[in-house]
Amino acid sequence: MDALLLQILNGLDKGSAYALIALGLTLIFGTLGVVNFAHGALFMIGAFCSVTLNKILNLSTVTLDATQKDFLGNPLKVKTPYVESWFGEAAGQSIIDWSVPLAIIFAIPVMLAIGVIMERGLIKHFYKRPHADQILVTFGLAIVLQEVVKAFFGANPIQTPAPDALDGVMDLGGAIGLQLSYPVWRITYFFFAMAVIGGVFAFLRFTTFGMVVRAGMADRETVGLLGINIDKKFTIMFGIAAAVAGLAGVMYTPINPPNYHWGMDFLVLSFVVVVVGGMGSLPGAVLAGFLLGILESFASTTWATTTIPGINQIIIYLVAIIILLVRPRGLMGRAGVMEE
Amino acid sequence: MTLKNTTRRGVLKGGALAGAGLAMPQILTAASHAGYTNAPQGADVTLGFNVPQSGPYADEGADELRAYELAVEHLNGGGDGGMMNTFKVSGGNSMLKGNGILGKEVKYVTGDTQTKSDAARASAKSMIEKDGAIMITGGSSSGVAIAVQGLCQEAGVIFMAGLTHSNDTTGKDKKANGFRHFFNGYMSAAALAPVLEKMYGADRTAYHLTADYTWGWTQQESIQAATEAKGWKTANNVLTPLATTDFSSYVAPVLNSGADILVLNHYGGNMINSLTSAVQFGLRDKQVNGKNFEIVVPLYSRLMARGAGENVKGIFGSTNWHWSLQDEGSKAFVKSFGTKYGFPPSQAAHTVYCQTMLYANACETAGTFNPCGVVEAMEGLEFDGLGNGPTTYRAADHQCFKDVLVVKGKENPTSEFDVLEVVEVTPRAQVEYAPDHPMFAGGDLGACNPGA
Repeated sequence: MDALLLQILNGLDKGSAYALIALGLTLIFGTLGVVNFAHGALFMIGAFCSVTLNKILNLSTVTLDATQKDFLGNPLKVKTPYVESWFGEAAGQSIIDWSVPLAIIFAIPVMLAIGVIMERGLIKHFYKRPHADQILVTFGLAIVLQEVVKAFFGANPIQTPAPDALDGVMDLGGAIGLQLSYPVWRITYFFFAMAVIGGVFAFLRFTTFGMVVRAGMADRETVGLLGINIDKKFTIMFGIAAAVAGLAGVMYTPINPPNYHWGMDFLVLSFVVVVVGGMGSLPGAVLAGFLLGILESFASTTWATTTIPGINQIIIYLVAIIILLVRPRGLMGRAGVMEE
Repeated sequence: MTLKNTTRRGVLKGGALAGAGLAMPQILTAASHAGYTNAPQGADVTLGFNVPQSGPYADEGADELRAYELAVEHLNGGGDGGMMNTFKVSGGNSMLKGNGILGKEVKYVTGDTQTKSDAARASAKSMIEKDGAIMITGGSSSGVAIAVQGLCQEAGVIFMAGLTHSNDTTGKDKKANGFRHFFNGYMSAAALAPVLEKMYGADRTAYHLTADYTWGWTQQESIQAATEAKGWKTANNVLTPLATTDFSSYVAPVLNSGADILVLNHYGGNMINSLTSAVQFGLRDKQVNGKNFEIVVPLYSRLMARGAGENVKGIFGSTNWHWSLQDEGSKAFVKSFGTKYGFPPSQAAHTVYCQTMLYANACETAGTFNPCGVVEAMEGLEFDGLGNGPTTYRAADHQCFKDVLVVKGKENPTSEFDVLEVVEVTPRAQVEYAPDHPMFAGGDLGACNPGA
C-alpha cells in the first residue's frame, strides 16, 4: 500500500511537469495551428532563468585571504556576495536561499518577451507553410537555443537547490499508520502546477481576452470579420504559453539539476502527452500529463520491469500507439481532428 | 614529324593518365611506405584527440582537450614541461626530450565523439584516413572507447584510451593496439569494499541502481562481488536507461525495500540526477534496520561531484587521481595545468595527459611510430612519476596497474574545486587480479596490427 501510494505521488509530480509543458504546447497549436518543436527549449530556458538569477544573486566581491591557500599555493580568493554586503549576512543568505521561488518573478517577463519575439520574429512567417516546415524550423531553433545555453553554462547539470524551508521530506502517512514520506519540494511543485493550470483556465474562461481567444480557436475567420485583431491576441497567447513552460522549468530545477539538453528530453514526451490528450484540447493535455506521469512511474517499479523488461522505456509510446489506433483524436480531442 | 589523329580530348586523357601514374607512388607512400598506417613522412607527426565536445560529457571532453594541448606543448619543448620532468621509466628518466616525438614536431587534430559510439568511430576514421593521425586517443565513455578501440585495431593505429572504466575495455573487448591507463570497475570495488566495511560494518543490505550499458554492468558486478565477500547482502539491482533524467520512480521503491545502502552505479549526469533524487527522498536521513541509511558512488569524478553540489558530502567513492595528491608528478601537473587554465585538472585530464606522454615515450623507446614497435615498448613498461606511484602496463591485457584512491565528498569545501577528499590510497597489490579473472574473461588480445 505504501509503495502504491508512493508511485501515485511520484506520478503526480512527474505528471505536473508534463501537464504544464503540454498545456503551453497545445495552447500554441490550438491558437496558431503551429507545431512548436521549440517548446521544450522554452522549458529549458525557464530553468536557466532560475540558474541565472541564482548566479546574479551570487555575484561577489573577492578578497584575498592570506591565511588560506588555493590549489596553486596562492592566497585563497574569498567571495562575499553583494546581497550579503548590502543587506547583511543573514538577509543576504536568505535571499540566495529563496532564489528559485524568486526566479518566478524574474522568469515571467523574460519568458513572455522570448515568446513574443519568437512568434513575431520567426514563427509567424511559417503560418501558411506545411506542418513539416514548421517542425523543421522550430526544431532547428530548439537546437540553436540549447547550444547557446551550453556555450554560456556548460554541459554539466547545475545544482539549484530549493529553499531550506521547503527541502527535506514530509510525513504524509503517519496519521493513517502508513510509512509514507515524500519530498516537500515535489509536493510544492504539484500544487504550483495546479495553481498555474487553474490560472490559465480561469484566464481563458473568465476574461474577455480569454473569451476572444477561445472564439478565435473555434473560428478564427469569423472573429477576424468582427474587427478583432486576433493575430495580436494569439501572439500574446504564444507569450503566455512560453511563460507557462518557463515557469514549469523554473520550479523543476530543485527536482533535477538543469542542463542544456532538458528541452529535448521533455519535448517528445510532451508531444506524446498532447497527442494522447487530444491536439488542441487544454483539459486533455492536463489529463494526459497526469495519466502518463502515473503510468510511467508504475512502469519503473521493480515489479513492472522484472515482469516486462524494458516496459519503463516504452510505456508512454505504447499508450500513444494504442490511442492513435483506437481514438485518433485523443482522450478529449475534438471530433475530426487527427481523424481525417 | 607531324602529330596525326591528335585531338584535344586525347591529350587531356593522356595527361590525366600520366598524372595519375606519376602520383601513384606518392599516394601509396602515405600508407605503406614504412609498412604501417600513416607513417609520418615530413617534419611532423599528427595525433588524433577524439573527445566528447558535445553531448552530456562535453565538460569532461573539454578538460581532456586542455590536457592534450598541454601535453603537446610539453612534448614540443614549450611551457614548464609538466610531468615530463618527473616521468621515470624502469629506474631511469623517460626518453622524452622536449623535441617532439622522434624529432618530429607533434601536431594534432580533434574529433567530437558526442558520447556516441557511431559518431566516435566516424570521427576516429576521419582522423586516420583524412588527417593521417598515427594514434587515436580520448573518450569519456566505455561504450565509445570499446567501439573506437576496435576500429583502431582494424585500421592499424594505436588507441590510447581516455576515461573508460568498464572491465570490458581491457577484458573481453581488449585489443593488442589498445592501452588503458585509467583504472576499472574491478579495481574500484576492490579498493572501496574494505573501506565500506570499516565505515558501515559487514551486516548491510545494498540496493543497486545501475546504468544500463557496459560500464554500469561491469561496475555493478564488481562492487556486488566485492561487498558480498565482506558479508553484505544484495537486495536488488535495477537497470536504469542511460537517457533517464528523473530517477525518482527508481529511488522511491528503495524506501521500502529493506535495504540500508544505495549503490549508484551511475556516472556523469546520471549520477548527479540519481544522487539528487536519492537525497531529495530523504534517504540520507533515514534509519533502516537500526542503522543509518548510506549512499555509495563507486566511481567519482571531481567535475560531476561539483555538479552534484552539497549532495556529495560524506559519500564514499573511488577515483583514478586527484589534484590534491602531493607526489612530485601530481604537483608538477597541477602547477602546469593550473597556471595555464586557472583551475585544477580533473582525473580525465590527468589520464589523457599521461597517455600522451606514455605513447610518446614508447615511440622513442621503439625508435619508430610503427604500432607493433610501440606495443612492444609499452607492454610490461614499469614507470613512475605520473601521479599514481609505481605503475605497470601489463602485457597480458594492456591494463595499467597502480594505486587507487578512495575518496569521499568533503564536508567543508574551501572552494568550488575542493569537493572531494582522499580517504585512502589503496596500494596496487590490493586491486590486482589475474588476466584470466572471470570478470575479464572471454576476449583475445590478438596480435598487433600495423595496418597498411
